[in-house]
Amino acid sequence: MSEIMYWEALRRAHDEEMTHDPLVICMGEDIGVAGGTYKATNGLYDKFGEERVIDTPISEGGYTGLGIGASFVGVRPIIEIMSVNFAWLAMDQIFNTAAKVRYMSGGQLTAPVVIRSPGGTAHQLGAQHSARMEKVFMGIAGLRVVTPSNPRQAYGLLKSAVRCNDPVFINEHELMYNMKGDVPDEEYFMPLEGSEVAREGSDVTLFGYNISVHWCLAAAEILASKHGINAEVIDLFSLSPLDREGIKASVSKTHRAVIVEEAEPAVGVGSEVMAIINEECFFELDAPPVRVSAENVPIPYNHKLEKMAIPTAQHVVDAVLKQLGLS
Amino acid sequence: MKPADKKRVLKEMLFARRFEERCYEAYVERKIGGFLHLYPGEEACAYGVLEAAKPGHDYVMTSYRDHIHAIKSGVPPKEVMAELFAKETGCCKGLGGSMHIFGAEHRFMGGYALVGGPFPLAAGIAKGIKLKGGDEICICFLGDAANNQGVFHESLNMAKVWDLPVLYVCENNLYGIGTRIDRSTAVVDQYKRVSGYDIPSAQTDGQDFDKVYDAAQIAVEHVRSGKGPYFLELMTYRYRGHSMSDSNAYRAKEEERMWGKRDPIIIMRDRLIEAGEMNLDDYKKMDSDILAEIEDDIIKFAEDSPEPSAELLDKYVLAENDPWVNGGAK
Repeated sequence: MSEIMYWEALRRAHDEEMTHDPLVICMGEDIGVAGGTYKATNGLYDKFGEERVIDTPISEGGYTGLGIGASFVGVRPIIEIMSVNFAWLAMDQIFNTAAKVRYMSGGQLTAPVVIRSPGGTAHQLGAQHSARMEKVFMGIAGLRVVTPSNPRQAYGLLKSAVRCNDPVFINEHELMYNMKGDVPDEEYFMPLEGSEVAREGSDVTLFGYNISVHWCLAAAEILASKHGINAEVIDLFSLSPLDREGIKASVSKTHRAVIVEEAEPAVGVGSEVMAIINEECFFELDAPPVRVSAENVPIPYNHKLEKMAIPTAQHVVDAVLKQLGLS
Repeated sequence: MKPADKKRVLKEMLFARRFEERCYEAYVERKIGGFLHLYPGEEACAYGVLEAAKPGHDYVMTSYRDHIHAIKSGVPPKEVMAELFAKETGCCKGLGGSMHIFGAEHRFMGGYALVGGPFPLAAGIAKGIKLKGGDEICICFLGDAANNQGVFHESLNMAKVWDLPVLYVCENNLYGIGTRIDRSTAVVDQYKRVSGYDIPSAQTDGQDFDKVYDAAQIAVEHVRSGKGPYFLELMTYRYRGHSMSDSNAYRAKEEERMWGKRDPIIIMRDRLIEAGEMNLDDYKKMDSDILAEIEDDIIKFAEDSPEPSAELLDKYVLAENDPWVNGGAK
């Protein structure tokens, strides 16, 4: 194990996969000569050259479509879209082509592309640079969606995503690239489906993904130290498909569920997990499940208002106490 | 091109015409569902370009008006018809339909239903060719109206910046669905629009096979020799509406009559007759043979084929048993 940053984990996965297979390429805005906005491709331009580490024009629809087309003939592109807000411009190609070409060709073509993009609310980036779009991607049949919450996952999920024959969208986070964590020194491929138990507990399950896993873990510490409540934290690193069995297993153990998401509540991870709980283990519940979500607003510029729009660990604690009838 | 080859092409173009006309009938009979976009009138475009290229070796893709490009690329016509009939023997097992004909083994990379969608995909295939070091090119056929999408410009720009081996063929049939080109498009001559990207281009008569073939040879040679992208505009006309749900009321009858006199098949036929290579009876025999083949072989195959089995419903959403979904084989 080595403790490295999230961006370093991504960089290592790129480097190893490009070394492993000459048809793995990476492309995106400023990823080559400039080394990448988040340094996920730092140094790769010098190592692999401009044919494989491609600085694209600012044409998200165009270069995403180009990567998808290249994947039809055996190329394995890792496409970085600098911010998920810009992924809307590429949505036609992702939604109408990458996710559907295997199906509508009767299995003849497939689009094994990886699209990496950070979402989330960072520091006063304003309404058009603070979107959380995972809810959009996870609703698309034919597309896998994973979202790493730590450097180990960032490394292992990218490694598997590159080799998988399906299109994979990797939902990263603006605030997490400098997060440190242990990553195995040996090569490591993480499953693209499932969930992980980030903290074992018995009294309530906190479901998180990506940055909200950390809010859940912080909340679990507060609940344990101040309230004697032993919360389990489930890391939903795969948003499509969601881990029905993992969700069922934890709720069947704790009998309570709080789902924590950075996005607005409607049509999101929270509502979907809640539906799965209803379908899989409704009679295991001791209380109605609860969502902790962002406010249903575009993200404001003002820092105080921005913080009010997004959940915190304390919101999670409050939701648990309320669910338990303790507040 | 030798006279024997021209006669072969004439037969192929006549086959394309009869195939599409038979699709029209099958649609009226409700044997074909969904949307249906037919190619009559534009045959010299696909045949002229692809005769100058290497179908099956070169990659080809196009829009939803795709049956004939697929057939010329090598997809068996009865598999195309069976696809239109939504049968399991169709080239896409009845999952694609008229707008999504695919033939990967023939390097026909698909018909796509979002106008302009294939522009970047074709550039991507060309990028793949370049990375792998092959001598193939990618040929992307789209209509004039697709050029008003943003990805047209994005793709031309990238194709030129990276010198990709892609040939964009613009089948300019003068209408974007029901809107005439001069009412929707600032510059009517499409070949002029690519000069902003420093891409060589040409415009020619899309109703005359010989002219298309000659222009395409220059275009294909340019792209295959590694000089980067090329844009070829072919002036043509579709005899039917945009799709079967189009009443075609927006076009003047006089305009339709004028273009009807410039039929690509008749032009080619008359030229061969004039040169003494065939006579009208030969042509009629050719036609009746084609009609019999379509009816006895192709339509019968499509009619007699089974519907897709229920397990196909979710078989091709994601890759089956991909080991990397579970973190690899180890």
